[in-house]
Amino acid sequence: MGLFDYFKASRNTATVARDRLNILIAHERAQADQPSYLPALQQDLLDVIRKYVDIGDDDLKLVIDRDDDCEILELNVTLPEAVT
Amino acid sequence: MARIIVITSGKGGVGKTTTSAAFAMGLARKGLKTVVIDFDVGLRNLDLIMGCERRVVYDLVNVIQGEARLSQALIRDKRADHLYVLPASQTRDKDALSMEGIESIFDELKKTFDYIVCDSPAGIEHGAFMAMYHADEAIVVTNPEISSVRDSDRILGLLASKTKRAAEGLEPVKEHLLLTRYSPERVQMGEMLGVEDVQEILALPLIGVIPESQSVLAASNSGVPVVLDEKSDAGQAYADIVARFLGEEIPYKFIDVQKRGIMSRIFGG
Ligand SMILES: Nc1ncnc2c1ncn2[C@@H]1O[C@H](COP(=O)(O)OP(=O)(O)OP(=O)(O)O)[C@@H](O)[C@H]1O
Ligand SMILES: [Mg+2]
Repeated sequence: MGLFDYFKASRNTATVARDRLNILIAHERAQADQPSYLPALQQDLLDVIRKYVDIGDDDLKLVIDRDDDCEILELNVTLPEAVT
Repeated sequence: MARIIVITSGKGGVGKTTTSAAFAMGLARKGLKTVVIDFDVGLRNLDLIMGCERRVVYDLVNVIQGEARLSQALIRDKRADHLYVLPASQTRDKDALSMEGIESIFDELKKTFDYIVCDSPAGIEHGAFMAMYHADEAIVVTNPEISSVRDSDRILGLLASKTKRAAEGLEPVKEHLLLTRYSPERVQMGEMLGVEDVQEILALPLIGVIPESQSVLAASNSGVPVVLDEKSDAGQAYADIVARFLGEEIPYKFIDVQKRGIMSRIFGG
């Protein structure tokens, strides 16, 4: 890498900004479309599952998908690796 | 049929008032009957940018509360035949804007004007809602900067859900992206989000790009909408936006770095 490339690469904060915004805005748009009870439901589900298995906040994903005329509540739980 | 255009952004200080003044003046100079309304009640500024601050007698709130007739509050611009300014109140707060009051003002203005330009306050509170509620079109003023882009996206969500057009299930508000305070040099250096980046993130048609320009401060110092400074880059860019808005096809200017000597480009001179 030449000297000028180095300057260019180290200064390219615009790319960082773009990537952060892409992630953030996708997330915020998805949230804006979600029903308002979703965070509370997510918390309740976490509490129930944690009675049995120890999972982290990020291990449970709850999303509502809309098909043409039906809504699907999709729940994904990642269980910790079994200790053998 | 009159069109109502809101100049909005979410984030403060990005150039809404500068744009409202320039855009309204540009429309009027094309011979279109235009009124520009300051919705920033409590922090009125449009009168200064338009250079009519000493002619304000009555304001928007006076009209809404029945203390003055609309015709008494409208200030006729001395530079353009078809341009009027409706100032905001400096002393009250934004809650003085009632839905019914605004509605009846719009009904009356629609009888006379071709274009009604609404300068929105920053934020997503009552005043911003009042400014956007009746809009047919929205110019979303955005700086190439991360928090401004995020706030613009938020405003787009509100335009799609909290306006009269949304409430009544009509055709949605027509949205335009206006990028302001743009520095092609800094974009080229990778220090600033580029036009394509912002446009891709917000997924909006671009109405124009206003460069970061010293002429904007000079214009506001003297109370002259910058579009009247025909020699300036920002003035030309605003004139192009008006033309594009009216359907002309105009190539985008001030997006690329002006050709300069190779040395000055390397050393950012
Ligand atoms: N293209 C530009 N180049 C340089 N300075 C600019 C440009 N556009 C706006 N400014 C400056 O930015 C500041 C804010 O502009 P303006 O008042 O139009 O923003 P605003 O969005 O209306 O702010 P507020 O949210 O407070 O109402 C002013 O000092 C103005 O001179
Ligand atoms: Mg303003």
